[in-house]
Amino acid sequence: MTKYAFFLGCIMPLRYPGIESSTRQVLESLGVELEDMKGASCCPAPGVMRSFDQMYWMSVGARNLAIAERMGMDILTICNGCFDTLFEVAHKLNHDPELRKKVNKILKDATGMEYNGTVNVRHFVELIYKDIGVEAVRAKAKGGKNLKAAVHYGCHFLKPSNIKKIDDAERPHVFDDIVEAAGMTSVPYKDKGTCCGAGGGVRARTPDVALKMTKENLDNMKAAGAEVIVDCCPFCHLQYDVGQMQLKEYHTPVLHLSQLLGLAFGMDKEKLGLEVHQTKVNL
Amino acid sequence: MAEAKEPNPEFTRKVVEAGGKTVNLCFQCGTCTGSCPSGRQTAFRVRKVVRRAQLGFEEDVLPSDDLWLCTTCYTCYERCPRGVEIVDIIMALRNMAVRKGYMAEPHRKVAELISKTGHLVSLRDEDKALRKKLGLLETPPTVFSDPKALEEVKKISALCGFDKLVTGGK
Ligand code: SF4
Ligand code: SF4
Repeated sequence: MTKYAFFLGCIMPLRYPGIESSTRQVLESLGVELEDMKGASCCPAPGVMRSFDQMYWMSVGARNLAIAERMGMDILTICNGCFDTLFEVAHKLNHDPELRKKVNKILKDATGMEYNGTVNVRHFVELIYKDIGVEAVRAKAKGGKNLKAAVHYGCHFLKPSNIKKIDDAERPHVFDDIVEAAGMTSVPYKDKGTCCGAGGGVRARTPDVALKMTKENLDNMKAAGAEVIVDCCPFCHLQYDVGQMQLKEYHTPVLHLSQLLGLAFGMDKEKLGLEVHQTKVNL
Repeated sequence: MAEAKEPNPEFTRKVVEAGGKTVNLCFQCGTCTGSCPSGRQTAFRVRKVVRRAQLGFEEDVLPSDDLWLCTTCYTCYERCPRGVEIVDIIMALRNMAVRKGYMAEPHRKVAELISKTGHLVSLRDEDKALRKKLGLLETPPTVFSDPKALEEVKKISALCGFDKLVTGGK
């Protein structure tokens, strides 16, 4: 079994713990073992925290990387935000020795640890696509319902694509392929790659602006006949789930890919945590 | 009409040093603005933010609300024909703005939360109950269940002067 250091972040364990329990079960059934990163913190969030102070953002990020390094494992995350921070911080520290020295000085003074650049940061979606494969998903997804799914990639899973190098940022397919292997039909919709609206501190500072962006995406999904929204990030998940409740006239259930796979693999619905969703999930 | 202003290369240099090293490559084509989901809903024009940074118009850019309407979606960054790392420029400008005390109250609260708890989201009793029901550890195995680990994160905050930023913002 391959083993990963499981990075929890904030929104998943605290607001949508169903995503956490789904991820643990789904990956176990696919032969991936997860180990907790004891004492990890917020990644910290790439939009809002990086906006305030990049040295702090990198140093706390480096501490999280150092915890995984001490465990001798690569990191797995199911969140685009955590993925972006940990991936970008690791990338910056690997490519800029001067910066690494500076950050390691802070890290050492605060924690006694240093980060030596040995950790790979993996996102749930690309791990499934590249290492496990869509065929393994298809083989397990006997309970998958064929619904029209609006797949939402979000921003920080693929972008910036010059360093992430996972898929074409304008016309990606990896996430759609997994959703289809789980029995759904991924429908094309207008401006599919667009931001949910929440990132960069916009949701916290100007929630009305964030919601306008969300609404435009929801209208485009609706026009394409989407019966379910599938995301790969708890923050996008929250924005679509709570956003629809705030906007009132939208009722499309929102699933994180881990929950979708949990359903398709026939796992106990009670353990997917769907009842905390603000937009009802009757699937 | 506004008076013509002199460019301030000193400020531009600061932007470059703070991570906006590609700012001078911009030739103002507007591809970024045309790609921006936030600009579709508001008067925010990212091309203008880049222009102001390029010319060093510090007083136009640092206090402006526009600076905070970017979701960091990277669409402009991906499409810019000149390879301007627009998000890095915005981050550099925001960091400078925060140092000058321009930090909106909801953002100060977010920063305070991470400073105190190491997380951006609080742990409530109902979260614990749900976690238990789902077969997860009631308290996540993070800084929430390890005071020593939280001390480490707080020390980083102090070493970076982040704690002062949070309490000193306007
Ligand atoms: S797309 Fe690039 S070159 Fe064109 S205006 Fe925007 S930053 Fe400048
Ligand atoms: S990264 Fe910011 S400025 Fe660029 S397109 Fe996205 S929201 Fe607009």
